[in-house]
Amino acid sequence: MKIEVLGTGCSKCKNLEKVVQDAVAKAGLFAQIEKVEDIAKIMEYGLMSTPGLVVDGDVKLTGRVPSVDEIVGILREA
Amino acid sequence: MFAWWEKLSAGLVFDLFGLEKGSHLGEAVHFFIYDTIKIFILLVGIIYLVTLLRSYFPVEKAREYIAGKNKLLGHVMAAFFGVLTPFCSCSAIPLFLGFLQARIPLGVTFSYLISAPMSDAVVIALLLSLFGWKIAVLYVGLGLLVAIIAGLIIGSMNLDKEVLIEIKPVDASYEEQKIPFKIRAFEAWEFTRDLFKKIYLYVIIGVGIGAFIHGYVPQDFITKYAGGDAWYAVPIAVIMGIPMYASAAGILPLVEALSAKGMLMGTAISFMMAVVALSLPEAMILKRVLSMKLIGIFFGTVGFGILLVGYMFNIIL
Repeated sequence: MKIEVLGTGCSKCKNLEKVVQDAVAKAGLFAQIEKVEDIAKIMEYGLMSTPGLVVDGDVKLTGRVPSVDEIVGILREA
Repeated sequence: MFAWWEKLSAGLVFDLFGLEKGSHLGEAVHFFIYDTIKIFILLVGIIYLVTLLRSYFPVEKAREYIAGKNKLLGHVMAAFFGVLTPFCSCSAIPLFLGFLQARIPLGVTFSYLISAPMSDAVVIALLLSLFGWKIAVLYVGLGLLVAIIAGLIIGSMNLDKEVLIEIKPVDASYEEQKIPFKIRAFEAWEFTRDLFKKIYLYVIIGVGIGAFIHGYVPQDFITKYAGGDAWYAVPIAVIMGIPMYASAAGILPLVEALSAKGMLMGTAISFMMAVVALSLPEAMILKRVLSMKLIGIFFGTVGFGILLVGYMFNIIL
């Protein structure tokens, strides 16, 4: 599983990265987490508000930092 | 609405603290305590409501509506959506590029980008609590007008080549994320709490200085010494507003105190618009995707619009 956290470096983006790490640990999943900060790459996903959460190439969330449990749910579904 | 608090705080200051009613110190302390608590209550309440409401208008939805509209309607809708959607200057770039990717014209994109920060939740909350709903509505209405007209002007100048990054067109269709009300309500609360933590000190300082002005500065101070209705009052207010983004929360209480001492309302509104719409940090962020020329034109056009609003106001009111 490949998880990408999209964000240009605002505080919300850093929060999301941390929440995602916690969620992966909690769910006991084997996943690769990557932070994408390049604006051109971010724009390729077509989102307009950062941060964004991408799992295996699909945009799952934009513009908000959800709870650890919500991300665990998203990761289990993916 | 706050008559109960006016009474309670007066009792506190004049009876409990024993300060003399009508004295400079007494009036200043009363103003400070009354105003700080009143502003805090209104700030938290209004920011919370605005944030919760805006969570229902994600910007992707706005983009879908605006894309493909005819030009004038596009400008008007972009300006209105700027008020409705949540905005944070940290996502100004993805927002800007996202609009262009959906083949929304540059000028319409600017109408949005000018309108969005102007209707900042903190500013609206403070305007409502300090100046009342009439001034708040006027502020939002004139902000829309500036956004529409400045966007139209920028759009007519053929500046597409001033965008420094390649735009790959995408489909603007948008699938709504389903978020339960409980989560929205909680996230809006978290957002309000974090924002409040960031600005409360500015508010206290602003009200503190305002209280000093309220109690000690004579009634006709501004008219007498700072040229209240002189022609240069508005441009000075606009220029002073540019570097003051972070402390908007502290500056508004100050503006209230100054307008009570004779600063004209148009000058005050121009100043507030300049504080939020012409922010240096936002310009620095945009520099990564826009040429300096385009940023200059953007600031120039909006600044000019704000000036006009200030002069208009000073003449009417």
